[in-house]
Amino acid sequence: MTGGPMRLVAAMSGGVDSAVAAARAVDAGHEVTGVHLALSRNPKSYRSGARGCCSIEDSNDARRAADAIGIPFYVWDMSDEFAEAVVDDFVSEYEAGRTPNPCLRCNEKIKFAAVLERAVALGFDGVVTGHYAQVRPGDDGLVEMHRAVDMAKDQSYVLGVLTQDQLRRSHFPLGDSTKPDVRREAEARGLQVASKPDSHDICFVADGDNAGWLAEKIGPRPGAIVDESGEVLREHDGAYAFTIGQRRGLRLGVPAGDGKPRFVLDIEPVSGTVTVGPREQLLVDALDGVSPLWCTAAPRGEMTCTVQLRAHGSEHRARVSVDGDAVHVELLDPAEGIAPGQACVVYDGTRVVGSATISRTRRRSTSPA
Amino acid sequence: MSDPSPELRSPEQHRPVYLDHAATTPMAPEAIAVLTEQLGRTGNPSSLHASGRAARRVVEESRELIAERLGARPSEVVFTSGGTEANNLAIKGLFWSRHAQDPARQRLLFSAIEHHALLDPVIWLGKAQGADIVTTAVDRHGVLRLDDLRASIEADPRTVAAITTMWANNEMGSVQPIAEVVALARPHGIPVHSDAVQAAGHLPIDFGASGLDAMTVTAHKLGGPVGVGALIAVRELELMPLLHGGGQERDVRSGTLGAPLVAAFATAVDVAVRAREAEAARLESLRSQLVDGLSRLVPEAVVNGPAAPDQRLPHVAHVTFPGCDGDAMLMLLDAHGIEVSTGSACTAGVPQPSHVLLAMGYDEDAAAGSLRFSLGRTTTGDDIDRVLAVLPEVHARASAARAVRQR
Repeated sequence: MTGGPMRLVAAMSGGVDSAVAAARAVDAGHEVTGVHLALSRNPKSYRSGARGCCSIEDSNDARRAADAIGIPFYVWDMSDEFAEAVVDDFVSEYEAGRTPNPCLRCNEKIKFAAVLERAVALGFDGVVTGHYAQVRPGDDGLVEMHRAVDMAKDQSYVLGVLTQDQLRRSHFPLGDSTKPDVRREAEARGLQVASKPDSHDICFVADGDNAGWLAEKIGPRPGAIVDESGEVLREHDGAYAFTIGQRRGLRLGVPAGDGKPRFVLDIEPVSGTVTVGPREQLLVDALDGVSPLWCTAAPRGEMTCTVQLRAHGSEHRARVSVDGDAVHVELLDPAEGIAPGQACVVYDGTRVVGSATISRTRRRSTSPA
Repeated sequence: MSDPSPELRSPEQHRPVYLDHAATTPMAPEAIAVLTEQLGRTGNPSSLHASGRAARRVVEESRELIAERLGARPSEVVFTSGGTEANNLAIKGLFWSRHAQDPARQRLLFSAIEHHALLDPVIWLGKAQGADIVTTAVDRHGVLRLDDLRASIEADPRTVAAITTMWANNEMGSVQPIAEVVALARPHGIPVHSDAVQAAGHLPIDFGASGLDAMTVTAHKLGGPVGVGALIAVRELELMPLLHGGGQERDVRSGTLGAPLVAAFATAVDVAVRAREAEAARLESLRSQLVDGLSRLVPEAVVNGPAAPDQRLPHVAHVTFPGCDGDAMLMLLDAHGIEVSTGSACTAGVPQPSHVLLAMGYDEDAAAGSLRFSLGRTTTGDDIDRVLAVLPEVHARASAARAVRQR
């Protein structure tokens, strides 16, 4: 954050963003060491589809980018930490009927925790990543995180779990750039990864089949799909295959009485009962959050602000009140298809205030779910 | 690191301290001269015209020189692309031909501390070719346990296809009891191969006197170029080829021989063997300087492998730093321009726990906190001083990094 050269670890996934971020940190005069995080216990030789960071090919791409930039490069084995803090957490959250965001968890527990702590122990001053977000000085000597200039790429949502100590040691050199500019810059710098496709989905679910992957980990957990009246529409093999707000793939056979499409409204983890119903029942007016993490000081009393409820989701005007570890959010713009387990990230304009994990949602004209 | 600027990019980085000679060692100037001179010539050693004959002469003179320096006959030298190919040819070739002669011969006896270039072909023979692979245990210092080998042989000598034991271990530097292994095998007519890649040029080697049936050597570990090595094998040994083709090397190995590589290999062997005694004494003294210094600076450090100079390589020091992170030490030393190894193999850039240390009875924690320093022709006392100057700080930081992980 401050001027002057620093020793920084650049987390390099093998993608274009982290490569350009590392190069910019070098240009800014820092002494940069490239580090690729080995997160998979059994890395595949080649990348499949658009999933990044788990294959040996990605590791090699990161190495070649480090060569081109002219910085040392190492692979840090974080596979045990990742399996425990991200993958196991992902599975147990689904088992509990919640919808986790593993990228958020990875930032909270791995990139800006395990990696950052190791870097600091080794004498580095901080971590550089290719995230699209901005860190800048704020009031009272605190640092603030703001949304990226490129709203289409803004990743402040998945960074909403970072605390002041973590933000002070975090460097996001791409926050003021657009993705097309970053690709052009990579090309101009001669980085081979300039035209590499963006990574999507969950890096450790190699084929993108989330339900199939969970089925393998969790095994069959039969339950029922019911309508709002409680009538059983069919049996299913595991509630983890469903997400609140889901419409496709329900295979209900008989249409609803009114002929309108039906959506997943609720998942009851103990019985595995999946409730479906009409779209208007998906609207959420209020929600409760737990385990908040604040980027600066914890807000007190009630604040009028905006919240974002999923990655690349829209902003909702909201009134947020904080009571210790409990966060209550009243949505002035109702949201649709919100699931417990997702993160509610609170913004004051472009500034990230903090985040909480959604524990309960409340719907218009229905009792708490 | 609050005021990092004075330390940034220290000038010492301009000249690296290279202490990874067991991985590969700089070429001898004499070998470079021969290689570059030969690269300007043309001629396939198998061609019948004058250019071909000239190239053939270079190859054969090189073969004779290597044979002479290593106590072999010229006809016993089979050139290969290096140690990995020579090991594959030896162990697969021996297993296939011995098994074909007598299907009862299906056991392969190998030491638990072999290099992956031998270990992996052995494991493949077990998985894919029906070999019954039998590990021989090593002691706490990384030396083969002869009682264990004897028991394995005597369980059913008739069924042993071959025995393989490296001459000196690449991680520990421990020298193996080759003469005793040969003595156990000979009464039963079992062929013995030894991977001598780390020993050649560093220990007195006489292939003929050793009683071995086959022995692997490679150029780049003793001052020659990468990409050439040899399997030295007695004439009577029947080996099934890996590479079929022109049959250039005794019909056991095909492929056009690279006369420049072979010539530079021979020069390197010649230089290394003639300088060996004096160089071994010089390296032994530098190793003592290193080991004494680091024991003083980090009293809990443990030097692994045999202590007696005649039971280990003179230029290798394998050290465990308890509670420390070896990968982190490697990285921090690298930042100071000091190049060492953790000694074990990598998978996708991630060092794996050393199978050698595990076989010696160490746990994964000890294996994760170990470094191999290997000295060579270019190493000076000043190099060792530079290592010792940064070691306390590097050790402290790498220990802190380990503590963070275990929290």
